[in-house]
Amino acid sequence: MTIYLENARLIDPEAGTETLGNIILDAGLIAVVGALSAPKGARIIDCGGKCLAPGIVDIGVKVGEPGERHKESFRSAGLAAAAGGVTTMIVRPDTDPALDTPEMLEFVTRRAAGASPVRIRHMAALTKGRAGREMTEIGFLLDAGAVAFTDCDHVVTDTKVLSRALTYARSLGALVIGHPQDPGLSVGAAVTTGKFASLRGLPGVSPMAERMCLDRDLALVEMTGVRWHADQITCARSLPPLERAKANGLDVTAGVSIHHLTLNDLDVGDYRTFFKVKPPLRDEQDRLAVVEAVASGLIDIISSMHTPQDEESKRLPFEDAASGAVALQTLLPAAMRLYHAGHIGLPQLFRAMALNPAKRLGLPQGRLAEGAPADLVLFDPDAPFVLDRFTLMSKSKNTPFDGQRMEGRVLATFVGGQQVFGPDQGEAA
Amino acid sequence: MSFRARHLLGIEHLAPDEIRTILDLADQYVDLNRRTVKRTDALAGMTQINMFFENSTRTQSSFELAGKRLGADVMNMTMAQSSVKKGETLIDTALTLNAMHPDLLVVRHGASGAVNLLASKVNCAVLNAGDGRHEHPTQALLDALTIRRAKGRIQRLTVAICGDIAHSRVARSNLILLGKMENRVRLIGPPTLMPAGVAEFGCEVYDDMAAGLKDADVVMMLRLQKERMDGGFIPSEREYFHRFGLDAEKLAHAKPDAIVMHPGPMNRGVEIDGTIADDINRSVIQEQVEMGVAVRMACMDLLARNLRAERGRAATGVMV
Repeated sequence: MTIYLENARLIDPEAGTETLGNIILDAGLIAVVGALSAPKGARIIDCGGKCLAPGIVDIGVKVGEPGERHKESFRSAGLAAAAGGVTTMIVRPDTDPALDTPEMLEFVTRRAAGASPVRIRHMAALTKGRAGREMTEIGFLLDAGAVAFTDCDHVVTDTKVLSRALTYARSLGALVIGHPQDPGLSVGAAVTTGKFASLRGLPGVSPMAERMCLDRDLALVEMTGVRWHADQITCARSLPPLERAKANGLDVTAGVSIHHLTLNDLDVGDYRTFFKVKPPLRDEQDRLAVVEAVASGLIDIISSMHTPQDEESKRLPFEDAASGAVALQTLLPAAMRLYHAGHIGLPQLFRAMALNPAKRLGLPQGRLAEGAPADLVLFDPDAPFVLDRFTLMSKSKNTPFDGQRMEGRVLATFVGGQQVFGPDQGEAA
Repeated sequence: MSFRARHLLGIEHLAPDEIRTILDLADQYVDLNRRTVKRTDALAGMTQINMFFENSTRTQSSFELAGKRLGADVMNMTMAQSSVKKGETLIDTALTLNAMHPDLLVVRHGASGAVNLLASKVNCAVLNAGDGRHEHPTQALLDALTIRRAKGRIQRLTVAICGDIAHSRVARSNLILLGKMENRVRLIGPPTLMPAGVAEFGCEVYDDMAAGLKDADVVMMLRLQKERMDGGFIPSEREYFHRFGLDAEKLAHAKPDAIVMHPGPMNRGVEIDGTIADDINRSVIQEQVEMGVAVRMACMDLLARNLRAERGRAATGVMV
């Protein structure tokens, strides 16, 4: 089916432009950008001057399959993603058991197929059982469709094991994703050290734990030449080593979660466990430094780090509560805070949320160009609302934005030229 | 009367005026406790439950005695060996107890913020008897009362808190209270036992006893937990005593009339020399225990008054 989207504010992350225009979707692809009139028989959608951008490619979504389907299934995550303008979910392997064999990858690929209205790609564990002892079958897993390899928050402590895994991954051109948090310093930490942690009497970890592990990982990247991505860079001290590594020509990129860009350590307030994430929220100086790094392009990718947790794992004393927050559906409105605060423009935001992650994973998505997949999000960056967590499509409702005023509403989402979210007929705006 | 709080979860939320109200009332209870007949009916008919998720003898018996002297029906629950072992969550435990309609719940728990969580789920007044490394408000209040009675005031004093600050809820509550009452607070201890960012609380941080104790009016020693002694945070017990244990030589740097305090139980020869602890001219450690009962009586009395007033308003439908 051909769709003609007219009168849209086209956000082109590649060109870095915003222009008013029309776009034609055909055969699952973007057929024409800047069309002058609707082709015959096309469904016409008047965008009412609202923003049309490439759909979000979200690296690092946790889905509870297998192991924790009561927290999130491919279906519920997919619905949340569609409602949040996320058109490709890159799913994490920190499941129970860990996704570490090609057989399991085939199993979850089958389970995911047809369950979700948006695209799903899988990452696989770097070491068996994410235990940091033996590398997984990286070659077979690549053949089975793994787009990247990561042990998520289980940091490989044995540098011998890690260096071999990285060397092996390099020979296959595989992308490895690290979680730079020194595991020794981070033991037992619930928050970032500082005045607030001391006042609340909560065990903290210094932001230095991030830089230490980043330094270590970058040295191993230099040694092995592997393609490497840091999942979350969250503090100012990590930025100079990252900048140096990039300047030295290492094949390195970095990401950050939307929560570390929009919240700080004080938001934990009176022990609110929905604000407990990994790594813990940082202070305001760090937050601003990281926002600045996204604006300058030093940090390449913004992701949701969507981590569903049920009520029981959060209704506990702060130290005992599980980490993580759901964010598929709040990623875009939260990112609009950065836009409205004047930190980052819309094309740049979609560079970090769509173009860069797709490019890094070798996917054709993330572009608003003729011939690119017709994965798009239509949204009103100014529409205000107060978030009620029980309206989220995720099975788990653990969002730190509950009850908060937000701006930015997804009006419609398209995946492969099909509308997967938004009103069926006529005007979407 | 200027005490409006519903719960007593920490010093952080108390105004200086509220602190003074508690101390003034506690002074009256000190007098009562020294009589032969130590009974009032301030809490007559009310039920007080002591829920201790961490073992405690001193604090629990102090709260128990305080409740009994006020005429409450007191029940002790040692949670360390109960339903918690069977996997019940804190909130379920709280709801179960809440269904028994207690009026005062005294809670100690090993996790910071656990008492706040519990307080949000029950209808009665909750007293924090120590949560993790967060707060221990009645300890800070009894320390304040002890200081006020010994020094005649609780303003413009130089108070040195010494030892394991990082793991101490007593230190946190005292730090906040003494700050609110406009005292000069010094923290002295090895840097491994000093919490991060603590200088931002407006106190002075020292890792040398001689410098930190100079001209202090009050010296508060903290207990060093056994499990932290060997190698983890400090090299050894004897090196700790040598550098940070309070003995006559170190105390000589403080003012000649400085008082010595300790929340107990003491490790003689680790953080405090036995002769200092027993020196009746300097040590007020026994007075602290006495003030503890009176302060807890005052806190429970005030909370019970607010609870009655609140229930009265609810019953008569008065808008507030």
